[in-house]
Amino acid sequence: MTISIDPQKTNNESLQPKGWLRYFSFSLDHKVIGIQYLVCGFLFYLIGGTLASAIRIELASPMSDFMPRDVYNQVLTLHGTIMIFLWIVPVVNGAFGNYLIPFYVGARDMAFPRLNAVAFWLIPPSGLMLVASYFVEGAAQAGWTAYPPLSITTPQSGQIIWILSVLLLGGSSIFGGINFIATIIKLRRPGLKLMQLPMYCWAMLGTSLLVVLSTPVLAGTLILLSFDIIANTGFFNPVLGGNVVVYQHLFWFYSHPAVYIMVLPAFGLVSEILPVHARKPLFGYTTMVFSIMGIVVLGLVVWAHHMFTSGTPPWMRLFFTIATAFIAVPTGIKFFNWVATLWGGKISINSAMLFSCGFIINFVFGGITGVALAQVPFDIHVHDTYFVVAHFHYIVYGGTVFIIFSSIYHWFPKVTGKMLNEKLGILHFIITFIGFNLCFAPQHWLGLNGMPRRVAEYDPQFQFVNQISSLGALLMAISTIPFLINVFLSVRNGKDAGDNPWNALTPEWLTSSPPPVENWEGEAPLVEEPYGYGKKIYDQK
Amino acid sequence: MTTLDSSKGIQKNNSEVNETHEDFRMFGLITFLIADGMTFAGFFAAYLTYKAVNPLPDGAIYELELPIPTLNTILLLVSSATFHKAGKALLKDKNSDSQKWLFGTAFLGIIFLICQLFEYFHLPFGLTDNLFASTFYALTGFHGLHVTLGTLMILIIAWQSRINGGRLTSQNMFPLEAVELYWHFVDGIWVILFIILYLL
Repeated sequence: MTISIDPQKTNNESLQPKGWLRYFSFSLDHKVIGIQYLVCGFLFYLIGGTLASAIRIELASPMSDFMPRDVYNQVLTLHGTIMIFLWIVPVVNGAFGNYLIPFYVGARDMAFPRLNAVAFWLIPPSGLMLVASYFVEGAAQAGWTAYPPLSITTPQSGQIIWILSVLLLGGSSIFGGINFIATIIKLRRPGLKLMQLPMYCWAMLGTSLLVVLSTPVLAGTLILLSFDIIANTGFFNPVLGGNVVVYQHLFWFYSHPAVYIMVLPAFGLVSEILPVHARKPLFGYTTMVFSIMGIVVLGLVVWAHHMFTSGTPPWMRLFFTIATAFIAVPTGIKFFNWVATLWGGKISINSAMLFSCGFIINFVFGGITGVALAQVPFDIHVHDTYFVVAHFHYIVYGGTVFIIFSSIYHWFPKVTGKMLNEKLGILHFIITFIGFNLCFAPQHWLGLNGMPRRVAEYDPQFQFVNQISSLGALLMAISTIPFLINVFLSVRNGKDAGDNPWNALTPEWLTSSPPPVENWEGEAPLVEEPYGYGKKIYDQK
Repeated sequence: MTTLDSSKGIQKNNSEVNETHEDFRMFGLITFLIADGMTFAGFFAAYLTYKAVNPLPDGAIYELELPIPTLNTILLLVSSATFHKAGKALLKDKNSDSQKWLFGTAFLGIIFLICQLFEYFHLPFGLTDNLFASTFYALTGFHGLHVTLGTLMILIIAWQSRINGGRLTSQNMFPLEAVELYWHFVDGIWVILFIILYLL
């Protein structure tokens, strides 16, 4: 059976609000939804960043003098939850995925536009609910992992709101994942083969598989946890005969893949950005595809490396150490491919390129500490110390957030038709890069010397290094200012970009900027070589 | 190539009007059911782990009887068959037959739920008595929620397959096919649940 598309019906142009108002409507246009995800995510990033600043201010001195200890716990819980579930996951999947995937597969919209809009509109209410939980009897205090029995014994209403909010966000994420899988597999333009797709499609396919397979397990676990809190059952409560380790297994069965849900799309985005600004084909396309799928498979069987201190038996430690070390292989292949893409290229040093290179440097560093953490003897030594905090932020901030900024510099001309200011962009990169490394590199030392994470007070001997770290955090907070100025100035008075300012070959640049509703005037172009730089007419200019 | 649509005076593209794509709603539903199945997989994994490592405390009661769940298994398997009959009948344009089979399926679903509630009220343990009691109620309750939703959806499509003005016809089978797939999925989960919870 086939479905015919009636443009009168799908466009709904007369019903949809025009201009900026459409970003506040239940729009079905994938480009509008993508921008909604991005802006909504960025607002939550500002909230999460404010909370992070509060944490660093508190940690600038060894005593808990900036805020009480329970408030500190609430702040770090909200910081983690907001940054993961409301900034990185929605933006790197939802925002760029919605904007780019229909272009890349040569479609006019996502496979299920209504489901797509529903998936977005679940996010603002659950995010606001999470932030508002602070005003009930205090927000959740058990960290973003919500480990019982801590999450059962801390004040209940905040924890329950946290669970509800994460359940809604998980639902949103699953709906998005279903939509991406259907779009990439089923909605490809006739004649476009899977192995001709831009790399971001493969990354999103892998990510969506992880979302669909692992997020429901988290949902089920949180439902059981909420029973423990509300109905006094004992699934995870040792006092009532329950088992806390079962919670950890189920939680990490989602939350380890969640790291790949945050990082794989960034791998895809950087694979789009580097070839354009280095004017070279992406090196090793096939190995890239196989390493993404390898990461998806391995990513599902490494979760217990978060639990080496939870009484895991030796065979389990052995298995998960080896599986985790194996993940370094496909990841390493990808990094060699990116460096080889840059090698001998005609590299333009612009903000998008700088942030991508910053990503490569930071992520390699975070990857090395990751392999170190997979080794049981070392992991037991640094478990729950600042070493883990530093590793995680190198992966997720130094990796993914750098790529989010890189992508904004790369695709801003596509979305608005205006260029961003390069000088402000480079300033933004320099402050972010220095601030980030100043903030998190010293935390490796803190962790190795035994400073525990998630505690408001610490041994005074760590004060100086903590102050360096807080100074880095201050720089990171300042770095947002040139970025925001840049965006506001460029939207109003930016230089006109033309349709294809980077002379890129991927399909989204082969239409006007900003693109029309339904993406193309006439038929979608068939792009068989999205990375064919050095072969096509563009490079002869 | 553009032509002028004379009736509305709007310029539109000829290639757009004729554009079609494959129906992939079923594909989306299957992806969703895989996700839903993973929720159950998580519950099953938790239950089996509890069974392996957490002993039942002294004096705690956790005993299940087989007759009612066996009857329930048969009810659901028969209901899968009756649903299949409904689809066959609709395909032959026998809408009223299809409607009867659908109501029969919904009836079996309701009987299943009543039996389940009857079992709940006659079990010697409650939700918070011990770990296995909690897991039992969580698993069967979550499955019962699926049966409830499935029964409601069957009643809706039974209403839609009415002869005059119903939107369910042999040309538009998707609602029936979708609910049928969901119903078979719920039955399949019950069979696994029956084996793990009652037989193991």
